[in-house]
Amino acid sequence: MNDEKQQDAGVPEGPPEKSAVIAFTLNGTAVTVHATPDRRVIDLLREDLGLTGSKEGCGTGECGACTIMVDGRTRLACLMVAAQLEGRTVETVESLADSDTGRRVRDAFVTHGAVQCGYCTPGMAMAALAVVRESPEADRPAIREALSGNLCRCTGYVQIIDAVVHVASEER
Amino acid sequence: MDPLQIGQSRPRGDAAAKVAGREPYAADAYPDNRLWARAVRPGVPSGRIVGLACDAALAVPGVVKVLRAGDVPGSNRQGIVHKDMPVLADDRVRCCADAVALVLAESPAAAAAGAAAVAVEIEPLPGVYDLDAALAEAAHLVHADRPGNLLARATIRKGDGADPLARCDVVVEGTFTTPVQAHAFLETESGVARLQPDGTLWMQVSTQSPFRDRFEIGHALSIPYDRIHIEAPCLGGGFGGKDGATVQCLLGLAALHADGRPVKMVWDREESFVAGYKRHACRLHYRLGARRDGTLQALHARIWYDTGAYAHLGAEVMELGMEHAAGPYRIPHALIEGWCVHTHNPTAGAMRAFGVCQVSFAFESMMDLLAQRLGMDPLALRTANALVRGDTNCAGIHLETSTGIKACLAQVARHPLWREREIWRRQAPPFKRRGVGLAAVFNAAGYGGGVRDAAIAKIEMDPTGHFIVHNAVSDMGQGNSSAFMQMAGHLLGQTADRLRIRQPDTRTAYPSGSSSAGRTTYTFGRALTFACETLKSRLLNRAGLMLFLQDDDDLVLEPDRVRHIPTDRSVTLAQLGAMMSAEERVCLGQFVAPTCKPVPDTATGFFIGFPHVIFSYSAHLARVEIDTLSGVVQVTNYLAVTDGGHVINPAMFHQQIQGGVAQGIGYALYEDFITHHGRVRTEDFTTYIIPGALDLPEIVSVACVEETEATGPFGMKGIGEVAMNGPLPAIANGVADAGMGRICRAPLTPERVLDNGVRAPATAQLQK
Repeated sequence: MNDEKQQDAGVPEGPPEKSAVIAFTLNGTAVTVHATPDRRVIDLLREDLGLTGSKEGCGTGECGACTIMVDGRTRLACLMVAAQLEGRTVETVESLADSDTGRRVRDAFVTHGAVQCGYCTPGMAMAALAVVRESPEADRPAIREALSGNLCRCTGYVQIIDAVVHVASEER
Repeated sequence: MDPLQIGQSRPRGDAAAKVAGREPYAADAYPDNRLWARAVRPGVPSGRIVGLACDAALAVPGVVKVLRAGDVPGSNRQGIVHKDMPVLADDRVRCCADAVALVLAESPAAAAAGAAAVAVEIEPLPGVYDLDAALAEAAHLVHADRPGNLLARATIRKGDGADPLARCDVVVEGTFTTPVQAHAFLETESGVARLQPDGTLWMQVSTQSPFRDRFEIGHALSIPYDRIHIEAPCLGGGFGGKDGATVQCLLGLAALHADGRPVKMVWDREESFVAGYKRHACRLHYRLGARRDGTLQALHARIWYDTGAYAHLGAEVMELGMEHAAGPYRIPHALIEGWCVHTHNPTAGAMRAFGVCQVSFAFESMMDLLAQRLGMDPLALRTANALVRGDTNCAGIHLETSTGIKACLAQVARHPLWREREIWRRQAPPFKRRGVGLAAVFNAAGYGGGVRDAAIAKIEMDPTGHFIVHNAVSDMGQGNSSAFMQMAGHLLGQTADRLRIRQPDTRTAYPSGSSSAGRTTYTFGRALTFACETLKSRLLNRAGLMLFLQDDDDLVLEPDRVRHIPTDRSVTLAQLGAMMSAEERVCLGQFVAPTCKPVPDTATGFFIGFPHVIFSYSAHLARVEIDTLSGVVQVTNYLAVTDGGHVINPAMFHQQIQGGVAQGIGYALYEDFITHHGRVRTEDFTTYIIPGALDLPEIVSVACVEETEATGPFGMKGIGEVAMNGPLPAIANGVADAGMGRICRAPLTPERVLDNGVRAPATAQLQK
């Protein structure tokens, strides 16, 4: 794997990459960005747009720290490229407090002690938002399953699950 | 809103910002006009550098510079105790992580392309990749000046050493193996740096030791300490892996060559796995002797730590393990021998529980073997031998501080998870077996002898009458800064909204050591209590002046004001803030953690870090269910009862315990950092498995406050590490209890469980 990556990276870059105009809705606002079509969405958000709430924990879709919502479904910003956002509706953790449900997720994470180092937390909160929006009837095991794509190295998950169970019960 | 109180379960001060994605981490800094730095790591574990050509790399569009060892202005060596690790290797490479060049480029992609285009020619040299090879006669030496590939060789001898084993009624024996563990924090090693116009090297970095970083950088790059300015924002996890130089010297070097432009470096996950520090793999051989009634008599432990290519804190890790090698038990005679062995594997260093979780596996497995041999209840055997205050531990230290293991065990004994274990075990569904395992563990707090464990805390009232705690010990997620706010609020009678924290900055805070060793909240917190008390009395005094009072009697500090109780007159803190000079509004407090005096002559070969005098204790219980067809072990319930002295904030206490248990369960069942001939095979989260939400049980944490720790702030002691020590032995004991045999090699993978269970059902047999 290592060798392959290095070979790919070793090919000198061609002529200056053409940037494309990509229009989408970001946290409720229509935006137009100039980016190369293959720019990773995580880089677009963090580096180009200054939205550093979404974190990169692995870059390979394994940890969930970059979880965002695209057209209402959870997606991993490290596995998407800019062109895929054309015409879509994107929500990042920066918009968490824009909805009642989002505020409840935020407050429950705070009051239930779901936050430690906080680096997985934005992605976890977006995954939590998705589950309580889509399946407020979800019980504790179902919530565990819904969050199983988001790795946390600090908590042992107990207080995260507590928080989401609490929000789900409020949403029912 | 009420003033903050010690003992309150309350949300952390940083939680709301973190959930919303507003907390700024080092990895989040994207300064304008930045360059990107990327290390060139050839991946050869042992060899001589014979050629390094950078022309092709410099021709890559966007590559600005390629630096090599000759561009490093200072010693080009880093290391906390032994300066043996090159920033950029000049002659030899000793592990696959060694960097030989540093590429500066306009973008990460250009930096990666440039790094791949650096042509490195390395003549391979023989390598030693495991303990046996490294210790073999005439083995290739990782460092020419470390004969036998030994970084350290030490001994603890208490009483008559191992001799009494020959006279014991019963002796049990076992050999154990533990894997390399990766910290796997979610925020990889990262930072930004810039050479300021006045010549200062400024750096914002994900670090557990901002003040020590100045020494590392200053030594390696020949920069005066006062010209190095480090800021340490909140870390996205540390666990020991950011204690010591990671990106610091590389970033500093890059900044020196960046013509004043800021430089950013973020290791990707693969680089973090390859180049980050690791937990030591260990081999442990134990012989434990007891009387027929279960009274422990003698221990002979031999422990080998694979410390990898460079020293880091390898010797200190081994020493701490040796100091804990006999468990939290009273054993009159002990011989504990340790070898800290260099190999060409990635460098092992500090990680939560620092050498102790390895020995915990061995001694707690031995206790169950002994209980089985004697036909004794494993809990009763532990309780009968548990240390109490006034005992002498295996290192020969007379325990004069809080010692709560017996109380922890008593709480486990009363818990339904223990009392109802037989019924639960019998209810195992078809093709499943159930078992219940125990572990009694402990972990020292503080740096130990020979290193001053000290902190200087600073509290400030700003001109508007709000308070700033100048934290000097990084918050890597454990919540020490929230604990400091709680302490300050409690002592100053202030509400949370009147307090804020400033994260470590070497220009505005004072050297207070690293965030590590279960000493962060303890040492800095105690210093902070002194600072707050000084500030409080000063505020009362100044208010008394303004109120024309003869003395400070009957003045109280309240949120927003100082009030004179008899007359109900008051001065607001804003008025005080406006009256007092900047200098007057700042108070410092200092504390040095207690040390052992006199040091017993039990240990030889120890340099620093021995002995310790304060320990936290914990009794753990794991209920495990094993699928007899697949060998998969599921932990269905977990209980951790912990003596951490008085609890500052119960919610944060349980966070630390649950998180430590989670890492411990990962260590027990899944985590196995694999190298083959010195090259990393597990470089992503697909091959290196850390527990997810479905892998862990509802972890129950109980605080056991038998006695408070008199030396700590508000009677607390550090509990960040101890929880890591219980899960591996508790789970291994649970698997044995389920009749799947005793497994002495971690992690307990399905293959090992199945193989062991089939070969040796229901009997204790040692797996070599």
